[in-house]
Amino acid sequence: MKMLRQALIILGICLLAEVIQQIFSLTIPANVIGMILLLLFLLSGIVKVEMVEDSARFLLKHLAFFFVPAGVSLMNNFEMLKGNWLRIFAVVIISTIIVQVVTGCSVQYINLRRGK
Amino acid sequence: MFDSPYFGLVISILFFELGIIINKKTKIAILNPLLISIIAIIGVLQFFDIDFETYNQGGSLISFLLGPATVVLAVPLYKQIKLVKKNFVSILFGILLGSSSAVISTWYLSSWFGLSEEIRLSLVPKSVTTPIGIEISDSIGGIPSITIVGIVIAGILGAVIGPYVLKLFKIDDPIAVGISFGTSSHGMGTTKAIELGETEGAMSGIAIGIAGLISVMIIPIILKFIT
Repeated sequence: MKMLRQALIILGICLLAEVIQQIFSLTIPANVIGMILLLLFLLSGIVKVEMVEDSARFLLKHLAFFFVPAGVSLMNNFEMLKGNWLRIFAVVIISTIIVQVVTGCSVQYINLRRGK
Repeated sequence: MFDSPYFGLVISILFFELGIIINKKTKIAILNPLLISIIAIIGVLQFFDIDFETYNQGGSLISFLLGPATVVLAVPLYKQIKLVKKNFVSILFGILLGSSSAVISTWYLSSWFGLSEEIRLSLVPKSVTTPIGIEISDSIGGIPSITIVGIVIAGILGAVIGPYVLKLFKIDDPIAVGISFGTSSHGMGTTKAIELGETEGAMSGIAIGIAGLISVMIIPIILKFIT
């Protein structure tokens, strides 16, 4: 019963987000609109955190698993990627390291400065 | 036997669980459950000559949960809202700089490595969460399925190497760590951040959304200047 009610709230927000996205023809994905909606509902007290907490914990705990099919879909692109694999890997890895350092350093630097 | 949604579900859970066991036994970060299960499942499908669509009857049920899972990222964010408000400036600037560096570095690196313009454009949104990345790729002339390749690599490897990179550069502030994972490696990075701590996980979760929104806005502008 409790799980069903939690599912109702979360899926209801997903649905509402899709409706909003279509009505206003937004480029922001419905998932992200849903996340903003849930945050607003929580902040305004319309939804209490206990009303979604168990489901949220379950979904976030298994987040990595939900990416498996997206990863498997790579098999549809093997032809297009032939001969480019290594270069794509190199670009993505180096760029990802750059992003991690730039983001991490700037957040930490600003926090230190503001903390003083 | 294969032509049933149960097949995709069973094989996905089976290999993911196997991946968890291998990961725990070997303690090698690169052998992470997601990577192991993806490779193993592709191997099995190719060996038995099963196409992706057959697998995806069950697979799509799993992907479906990515929607609700993204929505409930609001819960850790809500719990950490005081911290977010207090660090609003650093979080926003960090993500803005990080997302810009993602676009610029991807573009120039792939030019130097001699990748075609189509692939270059496809890789530009590689740090962004899948649903947003696909939209961006489509709008700037990339190929969304190649974008998914970039997103998956950035996600898996970012989650694996992130802890070492951050340690090397002495980034240990939980907020900085979380924002860094979410900005560079979206949801897959967030799974790592959640392991590191509640603050890290929450920050990574909010970074997914904010980095996505910022990227939608800045990518067309940056590309105008560098192409």
